[in-house]
This record gives sequence, structure tokens and C-alpha cells, in this order.
Amino acid sequence: MTVTALAADAKAPRPFDIDSVRADFPILSREIHGKPLVYLDSAASAQKPQAVIDVLRYQYEHEYANVHRGAYWLSETLTGKYEAARETVRAFLNARSDREIVFTKGATEAINLVAATFGQSLGEGDEIVITGLEHHSNIVPWQLLRDQTGAVLKVVPVAPDGDVPLHDIEAAITDKTKLVAVAHVSNVLGTILPVKDIAKAAHAVGAKVLLDGCQAVVHQTVDVQDLDCDFYAFSAHKLYGPNGIGVLYGKEDLLDAMPPYQGGGDMISTVTFERSEWAELPAKFEAGTPPIVPAVGLGAAIDYLTSFDSEARMAHEHAVLRHGMQRLGDIDGLTLVGTCANKTSAISFVLEGAHPHDLATILDRSGICVRAGHHCAQPLMDAYGLTATVRASVGMYTTSQEFDVLAAALEKAKELLL
Amino acid sequence: MMAQEQERGPDQGADLLSLYQEIILDHGKSPRNAGAVEHHTCKSDGKNPMCGDKVCVTAAVDDSGAITDIRFDGKGCAISIASASMMTEAVKGLTAEDAAKVFAGVRTLCTEEVEPDQVRAELGPELGGRIDRLVALSGVRQFPVRVKCATLPWHTLMACLEGRDSATSERSSAAQKSA
Repeated sequence: MTVTALAADAKAPRPFDIDSVRADFPILSREIHGKPLVYLDSAASAQKPQAVIDVLRYQYEHEYANVHRGAYWLSETLTGKYEAARETVRAFLNARSDREIVFTKGATEAINLVAATFGQSLGEGDEIVITGLEHHSNIVPWQLLRDQTGAVLKVVPVAPDGDVPLHDIEAAITDKTKLVAVAHVSNVLGTILPVKDIAKAAHAVGAKVLLDGCQAVVHQTVDVQDLDCDFYAFSAHKLYGPNGIGVLYGKEDLLDAMPPYQGGGDMISTVTFERSEWAELPAKFEAGTPPIVPAVGLGAAIDYLTSFDSEARMAHEHAVLRHGMQRLGDIDGLTLVGTCANKTSAISFVLEGAHPHDLATILDRSGICVRAGHHCAQPLMDAYGLTATVRASVGMYTTSQEFDVLAAALEKAKELLL
Repeated sequence: MMAQEQERGPDQGADLLSLYQEIILDHGKSPRNAGAVEHHTCKSDGKNPMCGDKVCVTAAVDDSGAITDIRFDGKGCAISIASASMMTEAVKGLTAEDAAKVFAGVRTLCTEEVEPDQVRAELGPELGGRIDRLVALSGVRQFPVRVKCATLPWHTLMACLEGRDSATSERSSAAQKSA
């Protein structure tokens, strides 16, 4: 089947049938340590469907060249696909224009891009508001900016149930606030933040809003115009796409006003030794040869994801989450971390007397992949008085039965450790 | 590597039992020499950046260079706590130089397919007996990502004895192996 045919098929509505979904992900049929793979670490990185793997392979085998350069068929063809992937992302986020879609190497780079460019407009005493549940990638860039500019970094604390109450965020936003940078969905707790209301509160004082959408794009429908956010960042590899590519959405007028991020090829219109002029959006922010094939792979991943009835897909994910919370919550000595109602996709927990790393090692021997550690959110761990949790996260291919396997393996781990 | 692991077959329980031996679980749950040496002459904080685990080693070293007292404080997994606990027992009375030799032996046990007797022989008659219990740590060999858990307390001890106030599981002395 050609890629074109695959793309055509992808447009046909497809019912969400978990068995056929799982069959699309080749890795899910393998064994680890002689046990069927139970992959519960999709929040760290998701597995890839055959449709994405095929596209990556097809490009390298049949249609590979650099983009935006060659006046020859191969280059023109791949340039077309690279830009088509941008349009796919635009539609996925419902951005107004593909000029607002910048490809980066990941969400981390997308946030750093905003800190390094938009951030230059901040000065001494200007405030950046984040929350206590942020990933390090939405903390450290602002600390670096704070140290460069004298801006103030304000942190809205997380409530014990994992929520960040809207009124606390609103209270932290003042006339001095220039940027509110928050996760749309917490990677550790799964908490969904009220980002539309946060954007309203920020805009009321003239501040801009950046949303770290890494977890949200996977489990929510994201409409950047409806949210009215100014920046939105996500990575492809958590969205069933390849790694090495991410996206920064930015409102066009903001991107236009921002200085370039990196200098190099592709981001200029003319270069002389005296001065250079920048390329139009979004090329202005894409210096150097971009992750070409990964971008095409991201487009394929979005096509795959959106080929399903999204309500049915999200309902499945939510049912698996509820079942997992129930099963794990029933285990003696196990404490769920992050239990507020507005939650999706991730279950963090600790088990009394058993360190998360010991649990992860033991679970691995049962073929179960979970994340153990601080999840790149050390301040959040500190707030809970923990150094680490175990996190089991849900992907579109995850089943309730896999949480039964996890619960049984945890009981066995208790026998070994306690 | 994954294929090789898979080929190891259904015997996946055995290496877990060798990792979580009785003595490891015992020291992990009831660590010896926990806390801080009140009149310490050196102190160092160690951390494993990958997992956020922390250990603080305090020691008192007398004029002859011998470790007269050593304690540790920390949060960590069963492997790192057991390793720290057994370490404090193993190095008490040793000089920094001899403690480093014992650590070298422990690291060999944790990373290489060697017989404990060979490590004992290399350490010689005086130090060889110091690793008797530490042999239990060799179960981490089958779990490469956990080797750092076992070696973190030792890196921290080395830093402590060398007068450095911090150590990480990433940093080792000259002989940087996979640990």
C-alpha cells in the first residue's frame, strides 16, 4: 500500500476498537522477560503505530532530500510533505494560519525558544507565573530568563489533591505579570488545568499565556483559538509520532514581533556581512536543516490519531484511567498521588515500605513498564514530601486488563519486598 | 540486547531473588548506622540525578587516618539504603585509602561477572573479609540501571573522605566504569 493510499484511508472515519488499535502498534505484541509487554509509560513516550513507522521508512527509502533548497523533484516532493505536515498540525490545533506553526526539536526547545525571544521583552520586576506542578522544561527556562532579566518567577502551589485552583492562579496574576506559563495537563498527576480561564485572567492584565501541551494534545481536543492561548508547545513522540520533533504554536503577531531564536540557513531572506534580513514566518524560527522526516512522521501520527472517533477514543482512555485508579486504590498501603476529579491519563502512586525504583525493577521482570522517579518535576515531589513516585500512564492502546496485571504484580512485589 | 534478555527465558524470578536477597532487604528496612556522626570531621551529600535519591555521609577520621565513626542519612531504594548500611559496617576502622580499595572491590562485584573469592583475593587478607556481606550487592549486575543505586553511597563516602562536600552517582574517581 502506498503512503498516498494510507493517507486516503486515514480520512475515512474509523470506529475505536481496542483490539484493532493494539494490532496497529507492532511493539505491543512483543514479550519482555518472557511476559507480554504491558506498556504503562506512554506519558514519557508513546509507542508508534505501523502507519507512522511505514511513513518514516518510506521517506528514507523512496523520497529523501533536503527541503526548501533543491530545484529537483525529490526535494520539491519532500518539501511539499514537510509543509503538508505543518498544515496537518495547524488543523489539529485549529490555528488560524500555518505561519503560526513552528517545528522545533521538541516541546523543551519550543519553550526555550519563547524564553529566549519573547523573553527579551521582559525587564526587572516583570512577573512570570507558573504552577507547582510544572515539568522542569517549564521551570528552568524561566529561571534562566529571570536571572538574565531580573524578572520575578511566581509559583502557584498545588493543592493536596493535585489541583491548582483557578482562583489561586488568578490571585497570582497582577499588573506586573507579563507571562503565565502552565501545563495544560500535568505529566505526573494528570491534572487538567483550567487553561481557558487562565488565559482570560492573563489577558485581562495584558499578560501572555504559554501552555505546555505535551500531555494534553494526546488526551484532549485542543483548539488554540478557543483557548485563546498565545503559545502552545508539544512534542511528537508523546503523540505516537517520532522523537526529535516538536511544535511551537504562536500567535502570528507575536511571532512576527519576536526576534529570531537561532541564526543560520533557512531563517534568512538575505545575508551580507553587514546585515541580514529574516525570512517570513515560520521559517524565521527554523534555522538549519529541520527534522524533515520526523515532521512528516508527526503528520502521519496526527492523521492516525484523528482517523478515530475522538470522543470514543477519549472515553476509552478515561474508562481505563478510572479502572486503574480503582484497582490501584484498592491495594493495601498504596497511596494515589493526584486524585482531583479533573484528571486524565496519568496515575502516580507510592507504596508504603517499597521504594518506586525497587517496584519498577520488579514490575519490569513481569513485562510491565512504568516510570519511577521524580518525573522531571522535583519541586512537585518536594511539595508532596516525596523523592519519587511510580507513574502508570494511559495511551490509546492501554487496556483495563493491563491495570489488573499491574495490580497483581504489585501484590507480588509486596510479598518480595515487605 | 533486548533480544538477549528475552532469550534469558522464563527464569525472570531468579535474578530478582538474587537482587533482593534477605540481607539486602534486612539492611534496607533496618539500616545500621543511620543518622549523623555528631562530631564528624567530614560530611558529604550525594545524589542520584536520575531518581532524586539522596544520601548524606558523615564520618569521623582520627589523626592516624582511620575512620572511627561513620553514619549515613538518606532517602532511597532498598538497594541504595542497604548498600549504605553495609558500607558503614565495612569501612569502620579503615583508612581512606583502604576504604577506596574496598569500594573498588564492591564496584567490581556490581559490574563484572567475577567470583567473590577472586575479589577477596585481590583485596588481600586484611581487607578481603570486609566484603563478605557486600557480595550480596552483586545481584545488581543483571540490572544495569540499578548499579548506580548500589554505588551512590560509596561515591559519597569517597567525596567525604576526599574533602568534597557533594557527589553524584554520575561521578566516580579515575576508573569510571559503567557504575
